[in-house]
Amino acid sequence: MSVVETTRHGEVTVRDLSKSFTLNGQRLPVLRDLQLDVRSGEALAIVGPSGCGKTTLLRVLAGLESPDKGEVLIDGHPVLGVGTERAIIFQEPRLLPWLTVLGNVAFGLEVRGTSRAEAETRARHYIRLVGLAEFESAFPRQLSGGMAQRVGIARALTVQPEILLLDEPLGALDAMTKLTMQEELARIWREEKVTMILVTHDLEEAIYLADRVLVLPKEKGAGPRLMEVNLARPRDRNEAQFVQMRRRLMAEFGLH
Amino acid sequence: MTFQTIDTSLGGSVEAPSGAALLRRGVDGTRVALRRYGLLAGFLVFWQVGSSLGWINPTVFPPLDKILAATWTGVVGGALLDDIAISLQRSGLAFAAAVGLGIPLGLFMGQIRAVEQALDPILQFFRQTSALALYPVFILLLGLGEASKVFVIFWATLFPILLATIGGVMEVDRKLIEMAATFGASRATIFRRVVLPASVPSIFVGLRLSATTALLLLIAAEMIGANRGLGFQVMNAQYNFQIPQMFAAILLLAALGLTANALLVTLQRRLCRWADLSH
Repeated sequence: MSVVETTRHGEVTVRDLSKSFTLNGQRLPVLRDLQLDVRSGEALAIVGPSGCGKTTLLRVLAGLESPDKGEVLIDGHPVLGVGTERAIIFQEPRLLPWLTVLGNVAFGLEVRGTSRAEAETRARHYIRLVGLAEFESAFPRQLSGGMAQRVGIARALTVQPEILLLDEPLGALDAMTKLTMQEELARIWREEKVTMILVTHDLEEAIYLADRVLVLPKEKGAGPRLMEVNLARPRDRNEAQFVQMRRRLMAEFGLH
Repeated sequence: MTFQTIDTSLGGSVEAPSGAALLRRGVDGTRVALRRYGLLAGFLVFWQVGSSLGWINPTVFPPLDKILAATWTGVVGGALLDDIAISLQRSGLAFAAAVGLGIPLGLFMGQIRAVEQALDPILQFFRQTSALALYPVFILLLGLGEASKVFVIFWATLFPILLATIGGVMEVDRKLIEMAATFGASRATIFRRVVLPASVPSIFVGLRLSATTALLLLIAAEMIGANRGLGFQVMNAQYNFQIPQMFAAILLLAALGLTANALLVTLQRRLCRWADLSH
């Protein structure tokens, strides 16, 4: 029993989760009675067409929105608002333009009351991890899109979360930067051993990074489906099994 | 092959700048200065020459050397020092009070939508009511002394800084606030670390507008009801037909405005270095 208790960190359980929005006086159900278990240290990708509720699900997990019905448990405790065991990486880097790269990465720790010296020491470690050591004193305006997003990732890692929530983190990057960043994310996930929940509209990205893929359908009649990705890591996009997996996932959306 | 040529040409240009290059840089600098201040210099030369040669009426527009001489005697001789001091005191007091009230009030109002919505109509109404039109009311309330003058300047100066601060706070990117909140930042921390720094550029726009307004109202208030101050000296010199002295006072007022603006721009550059790195 105690062994089970100690190994449980970064575990996410979703029970009977429902969420709807009101648009022009009409109730629009987005998520209905969703059940989901994410193991500690797992990488889960959530894919689906726009409007399927994938970002809403992530925002509920983050504690930025509260569900209409059901609950989210983290390590057995219900989620109430944002928490220190979770960190979110948004589609936009959301950097503070008046702080340097170092200041931005240390920001998360500083607002939690860590002393500046200690926050900066830990920030430096993660700046090195994302490969931006030379840009420590640069301002966000001087960075490219990919570099800015790396800063956002480093900032989330610096607070050493158990769960990393990523909302289409590479969606705004150009194709080449995106490939490099996917490799980076795979490496960081392996090194940091965090639970990673990633919302994406890029099916290849989902297969490249995730242990399991949650497919949310557009029509609320069809239920969400889970797909296991049993491929050896590091993964090769051109390998036969990878290609086959991609074809299967595309078929889920009627794409060929 | 082409890469080869590019490489060698790049290598060649890393030499120390030659005499010709330095000369070229000097010529470039002159050209920039000429483009920026050439028209102003031309205007001043035209004034001086035109007034001396009688193309323009020298009694209304005395030659520049006479104006500069009058300014010099006024300042060094001490005749205008008293006026400069009292003008600085009036506008400085009013500006400081407007900033001291406007920035905190604006930061507060911008944060709380209900307060902003309730106060905005009355603010717009007051803002559109000319401060000079209210000057008689202030004189009735505060008398003819310093208080009414400082208050009328304060009144007009308050609105630009207050409205700019409110605007700055309300325009802070919600996404940055949400980001800070996800890291567990408290409301007070979000205000101090996100809202306040994000509003600084907009606050500076307000400060510069307020400084201009303060000088404008200073001159008007001194022309209407004062017996000291630079604004009074402009009117007084005109009544006594001491035209060079009149222009001397005008020149000093312009210098005051330019100095105030330059100080604010320097301060803004220092505080908002992050905002203009690309320039």
